[in-house]
Amino acid sequence: MSRLQVVSGKGGTGKTTVAAALALALATEGRRTLLVEVEGRQGIAQLFETEAFPYEERKIAVAPGGGEVYALAIDAERALLDYLQMFYKLGGAGRALKKLGAIDFATTIAPGVRDVLLTGKACEAVRRKNKQGAYAYDYVVMDAPPTGRITRFLNVNDEVAGLAKIGPIHNQAQAVMRVLKSPETAVHLVTLLEEMPVQETVDGIAELRGAELPVGKVIVNMVRPHVLDEAAVRAVTGDRRKEVAKTLTRAGVTGSAKLVTPLLEQAAEHAERVELEREQRAVLGTLGLTTYELPLIGEGMDLAGLYRLASELRELGVGE
Amino acid sequence: MTVDAAGALAIDPLLDDAGTRIIVCCGSGGVGKTTTAAALGVRAAERGRKVVVLTIDPARRLAQSMGIDSLDNTPRRVKDVEGEGELHAMMLDMKRTFDEIVEAHADPERAKAILTNPFYQSLSAGFAGTQEYMAMEKLGQLRARDEWDLIVVDTPPSRSALDFLDAPKRLGSFLDGKFIKLLMAPAKMGGRAGMKFLNVGMSMMTGTLGKLLGGPFLHDVQTFVAAMDTMFGGFRTRADATYRLLQAPGTAFLVVAAPERDALREAAYFVERLAADDMPLAGLVLNRVHGSAAARLSAERALAAAESLEEAPEEGRVESTEDPEEKRAENLDERGIVDQEGGKAGGRGSSVSSPEAAQTVKNSKTVKNSKNSKDVEPDKTAGPVETPGLSESVHHAPSADDSVERLTAGLLRLHAERMQVLAREQRTRERFAALHPEVRVAEVAALPGDVHDLAGLRTIGDRLAAGGSPVGSA
Repeated sequence: MSRLQVVSGKGGTGKTTVAAALALALATEGRRTLLVEVEGRQGIAQLFETEAFPYEERKIAVAPGGGEVYALAIDAERALLDYLQMFYKLGGAGRALKKLGAIDFATTIAPGVRDVLLTGKACEAVRRKNKQGAYAYDYVVMDAPPTGRITRFLNVNDEVAGLAKIGPIHNQAQAVMRVLKSPETAVHLVTLLEEMPVQETVDGIAELRGAELPVGKVIVNMVRPHVLDEAAVRAVTGDRRKEVAKTLTRAGVTGSAKLVTPLLEQAAEHAERVELEREQRAVLGTLGLTTYELPLIGEGMDLAGLYRLASELRELGVGE
Repeated sequence: MTVDAAGALAIDPLLDDAGTRIIVCCGSGGVGKTTTAAALGVRAAERGRKVVVLTIDPARRLAQSMGIDSLDNTPRRVKDVEGEGELHAMMLDMKRTFDEIVEAHADPERAKAILTNPFYQSLSAGFAGTQEYMAMEKLGQLRARDEWDLIVVDTPPSRSALDFLDAPKRLGSFLDGKFIKLLMAPAKMGGRAGMKFLNVGMSMMTGTLGKLLGGPFLHDVQTFVAAMDTMFGGFRTRADATYRLLQAPGTAFLVVAAPERDALREAAYFVERLAADDMPLAGLVLNRVHGSAAARLSAERALAAAESLEEAPEEGRVESTEDPEEKRAENLDERGIVDQEGGKAGGRGSSVSSPEAAQTVKNSKTVKNSKNSKDVEPDKTAGPVETPGLSESVHHAPSADDSVERLTAGLLRLHAERMQVLAREQRTRERFAALHPEVRVAEVAALPGDVHDLAGLRTIGDRLAAGGSPVGSA
């Protein structure tokens, strides 16, 4: 399994949750994973119900079997200062640059530099080794920008390498690109069984493939149970309605006569959704990718729900 | 049923008010922001106004729903809008907008120098802030043309919520900063008499940047900055003017959200941020709110009833002879254990909580098959469960009688699921209302499917205007 797991998806599909669950799922049997966030939203901290992270890798969860999940919210400015310090011993000069607005320029205005720093930091964590020569993290999971931006975000190094034709930024960009385009990386897209997210997933995969970035899996999130189908709902007319009303009364439901219509309306909506979901599954099926389905956590996402999703992912074969 | 103190947000008066000139829809990704903007545009136009909708990155389907195959940087008239009004729609093309500004504000030679500069090309197409700057520019342009009496703007899916509000300030601080002066210095001086300006900081900086980025890159940046020099002032003036326009009384901000924890947390942040910037907030549009016309039947009672129906044949109980009151009391008693054990699990030889996980996993894997087999065994093939008890397997030979029971049980289970969604949405909404009781809310009842056409956008508009009380949720 690729050591850099990039998780993207349309807004609202729960990509941060899936990224966190994946990091937990991969951290079994004493393994260590690093969960990185690149958009400065502190979504991981909120998910794990901890306070906002400073710019440091810190342990946020223990997985079943003794594994550990670390998290890092990558900050472009700090990453650039670290980088200057690491390669040029520019501690003081870095501060001077900041005062001048040069750091601001590099991290917010200059095209691509910010993204290079963010992906660069993630790749550094992927390649980092400890004193014993083993990898510091078994897996790095990135909560990446949404589907609409993911290809540009990952591919920006190519662009920057073209823009900065020589020098360390150029070299850095190329080194990062080598990791991102190798089998060491897998880009997963999270979707819902709804038309727009599925369409965006299909488009996103075409873009990723066009840029020769390694597409991983499609993860369908928040899948709801199918209870009734359309045929069953349609069958309820005339005498059947009376039977349903009687059956409701028999089961202890009072005022059942007035309930039949609204209950059937709800069932018809459900059946319509089931049909739409079937169509969207068929669309996803044409992509030729492994698809994982994760259930909707009905009570709302919390830590317990996160661990449950992680165990779902393990059962589906993640980390094997 | 809405609990917030400020009450419902009335959409039609807002759209009908000739004083409303700009409506800005903002919100986090995936909450239906663009659809809301389009639906508002359709509704306002059909109520007689001349409207333009500026979308940032619409899904293809949405552009098609307005009868336009591909939206571009020029407003296009949307056909089949009823009534006196007009609807125009466009999609922001940030590179095109940037190019046009350059072409409009620089002489041809300078414009060419800028447009071919590699740094400019990358900046105009790629960099994350460009979209926000250009959205502001475009809004200013549309307003200045004065051809429309209402502009509905969708906002970019920014990495941080209100980047577009920061755009003018960020541009300003960049342009006023020492850094740009230093960058411009060598180009301006042409390397001649400028030596005395090249103080220590300068040489250190260009030296460092040169090392980092490579000499040619820095040279591109410097040439770009020098060429843009005369235009920067104009950028800032216009950005500042648009910012003030947003604060003016003719503007109404709508924060769009879905009744989910994360989306409402973002919405609360938007509300606070708009207040801090003195931006006029009209209210919150809460999309995809679920209601039920059978809300008086609780989830617990529905589940208990479903279980008793599914059990009955196995145990050979004669339900009809039972006193209905007694039966109901029994169901009520069960409510206490529903949360922990998923109902009457004990008597059925299947404990719920632990095998459920295994079953769910199996369901996840076998979803493809389930499509085909669900007719035969609906319960068995139900997808992953929402709460314990919702999709337990029930085995008994199908018979005519039986299927009414199974059907009724299915209806009840669906209802229980719906009621749980309702309860969850209610909790999130109450949390938001407690935090921001002053914010008016328009709730949009959820549609089972997606929006494909003008009719769909009209339906959304109707639901928006129906506002405070989604069908049957009272």
